[in-house]
Amino acid sequence: MSRLKDRFARCRRVGRAALVTYVMAGDPDRDTSLALMHALVAGGTDVIELGLPFTDPMADGPVIQAAGLRALAAGQTTARTLDLVRDFRRHDQATPVVLMGYYNPIYVYGVERFAADAVAAGVDGCIVVDLPPEVDGELRLPATRAGLELIRLATPTTDSRRLRRVVGDAGGFVYYVSVTGITGAAAADPERLKPALAAIRAATDLPVVVGFGVRSPAQVAGLADIADGVVVGTALIDALAATLDGGRATDRTIPAVKKLVSALSAAAVSPAPPRPGSRSACPASAVP
Amino acid sequence: MRPQTDYRPNSLAQGPDADGCFGIFGGRFVAETLMPNILELEAAYNDAWSDPSFRDDILRLQKHYVGRPSPLYFAERLTGHLGGARIYLKREDLNHTGSHKVNNVLGQILLARRMGKTRIITETGAGQHGVATATLCARFGLPCIVYMGAVDIERQMPNVTRMKLLGAEVVPALSGSQTLKDAMNEALRDWVTNVADTYYCIGTVAGPHPYPMMVRDFQSIIGLETRAQLREAEGRLPDSLIACIGGGSNAIGLFHPFLDDPEVRLIGVEAAGSGLASGRHAASLSGGRPGVLHGNRTYLLMDDDGQITEAHSISAGLDYPGIGPEHAWLHDIGRVQYLSATDDEALSAFHLLSRLEGIVPALESAHAIAKVVELAPDLPRDHVMVATISGRGDKDVPQIAGMMGMVQ
Repeated sequence: MSRLKDRFARCRRVGRAALVTYVMAGDPDRDTSLALMHALVAGGTDVIELGLPFTDPMADGPVIQAAGLRALAAGQTTARTLDLVRDFRRHDQATPVVLMGYYNPIYVYGVERFAADAVAAGVDGCIVVDLPPEVDGELRLPATRAGLELIRLATPTTDSRRLRRVVGDAGGFVYYVSVTGITGAAAADPERLKPALAAIRAATDLPVVVGFGVRSPAQVAGLADIADGVVVGTALIDALAATLDGGRATDRTIPAVKKLVSALSAAAVSPAPPRPGSRSACPASAVP
Repeated sequence: MRPQTDYRPNSLAQGPDADGCFGIFGGRFVAETLMPNILELEAAYNDAWSDPSFRDDILRLQKHYVGRPSPLYFAERLTGHLGGARIYLKREDLNHTGSHKVNNVLGQILLARRMGKTRIITETGAGQHGVATATLCARFGLPCIVYMGAVDIERQMPNVTRMKLLGAEVVPALSGSQTLKDAMNEALRDWVTNVADTYYCIGTVAGPHPYPMMVRDFQSIIGLETRAQLREAEGRLPDSLIACIGGGSNAIGLFHPFLDDPEVRLIGVEAAGSGLASGRHAASLSGGRPGVLHGNRTYLLMDDDGQITEAHSISAGLDYPGIGPEHAWLHDIGRVQYLSATDDEALSAFHLLSRLEGIVPALESAHAIAKVVELAPDLPRDHVMVATISGRGDKDVPQIAGMMGMVQ
């Protein structure tokens, strides 16, 4: 069973939405980034979403743009991001890691080589913002052959006809972008998301994860009722950035992020009756 | 439908394909949020372009508002000075707003109105496209937001003032290199946030399909007029055509109606900045490689990790690390020859044309003239060469004055 499938199944069993936490690979430096990944897990993260730094992140707000530039300034590259995951896997075989980024660095790395190296490093899935279904075959096919899930995005502008196409060849989970906008934008009201999520569920059995604009434990709690997972990114990077000293990590950096993750994770409990099997809470630090 | 000309079967002018590709270049590499908009735009454009009333509206405004046709001027003194080819200048600088940009904007604003869009956003480098967009938005009573790199705002102040006079809001792009590519990122972020009511008026033959095709179609008036005007002046086709290239809209506009005339040599001129060897340039074809940015696959300036590097050019309008996908394809198949001109070569051509012909060209256009100066002397006297003056140089006067140490 794949790590992603396994993790979503377990979260469902214990009655919680998967908490997906986003950090930028190599921000503010490689060692901090590795320690941060383990701290995310210790804080109760269910899935790690690791940003691939890119100079021109067209769908990201200023906070994630700045994180990418910090990582690039510290020498992060696509190859080093895969190394980072490889190092993380030495101590964590269970937590799924999904890369999120833009196509150019992957295209330049070479799609076949990227898919093979990512899987070898222990990456489970990949989200590429600027590869809509119309053009993602050139990465999806090599990725699928290599065992890397290509995760598709659905948005408020995706109508029912497109939705069938979006979920048709999707892997891993469906990432629902809750607002028309960039990362760090204002959040959507869970009530208004319900029809869209219902439409996705009608079209696919894949888990549905909601992201963009989710910052607080209260928002996570609201979304945990209606989604299989919730992504928090900008708020974590805000917390990280607030601890930096001249762009460098301090001894407050990791505790600050971990503290927020713990609060988010505690809120990711779904009150909906769990499926038969288990009622115990998903242990916050289930994996080492 | 394509601009009316005598295209042949197996034509080079039939692209793009149904996926918006010219060979491997082009395509639609955008966030899912924008994808439905891109498809809607393509359908609306195809419908409009095949509608005679839409074409009539464009023709009428081109004539009475823009002042087309623009003259094809025989540059007698430049020809005499260089002592070779007969040089004609296609005077896009004489258009209303001062550059070729208005050709495209006119078409796109009419299309936006037809689509019921109520808010126009755009990006600009030198400000020529921004001014053209602000102008047409004023003409049609539409709100206009122009993203412009903070560095470009500094070096193109006259155009910033013009845009504001025309009622546009100029928003500085403060990220990255603070030039055209960053302005484009900001425009895309605005669009993805305001998809429902907003029309993104891209200024060059780049971006996701259908923009490269649509902007080319609107700019092809340059080549179509040139063809007819030269037939009248010389009774034949030109021997060579030369145009400067940033994204490449004036060049493709000039070249496109001649792609299927193999006897016509086509020459695009990229900005070589401080020289190709210096690494400080904006020559995507000569110094870049294929990649994906801003919605299309094309040649880009980047490092080995696929990170986009900053372009450098004296001319803000050419200061972009990419190039339109159709140019990338025409480069690969060898139909167009892409050369480059350095900052110094462009400056010297700028002064030469000002003194010899009384025409102060935009610094962008001066790159094309620089190659005319280089090539024309070695060509026979019956060789007919046409270069586009894509815009006028008024906007560059403060920058040039500063460089020459002139006190204003």
